[in-house]
Amino acid sequence: MKPAEAIDDIADAPPEPRSALVRAFAVFNANKTSWVGVIVFGAIVAMAALAPLISPYDPIEQDIIARLQPPSAEHWFGTDMFGRDVLSRVIWGSQISLIVSIASIAVALLVGGTIGLVSGYIGGRTDLLIMQAMDVLLSFPSLIMGLIVVAMLGPDLINLIIAIALTAVAPFARIARAPTIVLKERAFVEAGRALGFSHIRIVLVHILPNLLAEVLVMGSLWMATAVRVEASLSFIGLGVRPPTPTWGGMINEGFENILDAPWLSIYPGLAILILVFALNMLGDGLRDATDPKLRGE
Amino acid sequence: MGRYILKRLAAAVPTLLAVLTVVFLLVRVVPGDPAQTILGDQATAEALAALRARLGLDRPLHVQYFEFVFAALRGDLGNSLVSGRPIIDEVVAVLPHTIDLTLAALVIGSIFGIPLGIWAAMHRNRFIDYVTRIGSLLGLSFPVFVSGIFLLLVFALHWRWFPVIGTSSSADFGDRMHRLVLPAVNLGLIMAAYITRVTRSAMLQVLGEDYVRTARAKGVPRRVVVWRHALRNALIPVVTVIGLYLGILIGNSVLTEIVFNRPGLGKVIVGALNQRDYPMLQGLLVIYCFLIVVVNIATDLTYGLIDPRVKHA
Repeated sequence: MKPAEAIDDIADAPPEPRSALVRAFAVFNANKTSWVGVIVFGAIVAMAALAPLISPYDPIEQDIIARLQPPSAEHWFGTDMFGRDVLSRVIWGSQISLIVSIASIAVALLVGGTIGLVSGYIGGRTDLLIMQAMDVLLSFPSLIMGLIVVAMLGPDLINLIIAIALTAVAPFARIARAPTIVLKERAFVEAGRALGFSHIRIVLVHILPNLLAEVLVMGSLWMATAVRVEASLSFIGLGVRPPTPTWGGMINEGFENILDAPWLSIYPGLAILILVFALNMLGDGLRDATDPKLRGE
Repeated sequence: MGRYILKRLAAAVPTLLAVLTVVFLLVRVVPGDPAQTILGDQATAEALAALRARLGLDRPLHVQYFEFVFAALRGDLGNSLVSGRPIIDEVVAVLPHTIDLTLAALVIGSIFGIPLGIWAAMHRNRFIDYVTRIGSLLGLSFPVFVSGIFLLLVFALHWRWFPVIGTSSSADFGDRMHRLVLPAVNLGLIMAAYITRVTRSAMLQVLGEDYVRTARAKGVPRRVVVWRHALRNALIPVVTVIGLYLGILIGNSVLTEIVFNRPGLGKVIVGALNQRDYPMLQGLLVIYCFLIVVVNIATDLTYGLIDPRVKHA
């Protein structure tokens, strides 16, 4: 038996992943709203991926003769002040919402998760200092911080992702740190140390898998926030530049014509609401599924 | 209690210094020359140099840093590039509007959120609980500018119950309140959604405790157990969330002020963004963070009031 395998025989071995997974799935499955979240989110991802095939018109092409038309059989969601088809722009707009939210949360998860993991593992003064720095970051209101960062870097896709990621780094660091300080005292981690494993191996192979679930669940909940922040920044005029369709940007343009053409704001508004609601339902279900109390452990 | 307050205030000093440092770095670390960004590509070299001198950007970084920190500690955040007036004066001029709005939202959020959360917890896994949970999840899924636009469309444009513009300069109290309703409801309902969820889960936790069971076994009526025994203990996480929610509330109030065309910090920020008034943005960021630090202290002090054990810990 190789030393690494011997660790599994120790009584305080890490929780068995498969049975935990089965129980987690049972909790997730019991809550029907989680499935609504999965299906709706899946549908929006499919809509974004298939945008070139399913969108009835070109989202950027202007048609001055057909401007500000109310919803009709020809244009289901009406047309905007440049005669562009609102339905097509809502379909294409899902791409920016998804790209920005997924990418920014991935960056925040990677950076924040690493900071929390390393900080918790090292412990002592370093940990104290890093966590105090994270607390300072937490005292910045996220929208205002995002707004100022984008304003200074210039509104484009990459800068939006950076700004939103920056607002979410501190929470992820906290979430990754808490279980790390508990796990590093557990016997299976000490056994690894006794066997002379490197710190990197202990962190990556023995600690990381045990906190991944929690961090990923937070990721799904924070994605909902990221979608909202992206839409808010676009609404203020700090989103990806026109004519690229973004939901927040469409509402911003439509808001000027709210009296004559309310559909310009209503449909992209509903689109944001549906995506955020689906992500919240999905995240809630995932959180319950990873909660040991609800899993009956 | 006095010592507890002093201890808490002393702990906030390093946080405030760190916040000032981050704000200072944020504005300077970002690539690009602020003077160039403000004046645009067509600016002459002389104009750029003059603006740099006016903003103090021509001096060594550590000099700029200490000047910024010491001035900020004295309450001097510099002058607006656009109006030339002190930033603090511009903020103080509109602050009452923002405070009106956020306080009203806080009241609405608590009035609806706390009883709804208790009600849902008392009827766990029944129809009422289900509706409350879905409703509150829907509430916190609403981007505040979307709900604001929907409220505006229905209550101001369609039914005309409320004015489209959310404020007036008239001193008439009734008129001011009438104009405050829609924006405050907009912010307050989203806040109520947060409070409902936290109250529900905090109450569920407390209702399962031994002392609650003992009280019931002794024959204390259920209503008394819930309102007197359980609620007081469940309030701590609720107050925490209300405190933590301030960061979101601030962002949401900016968007609400834009949608309802109300004066306030939100409109000042957007104006500063459009006019590239960087000193103003820097000053506003400091003020917002200061507000958050103050509210965090207030939250901690509230714990002491709710739970006497906290201040002796």
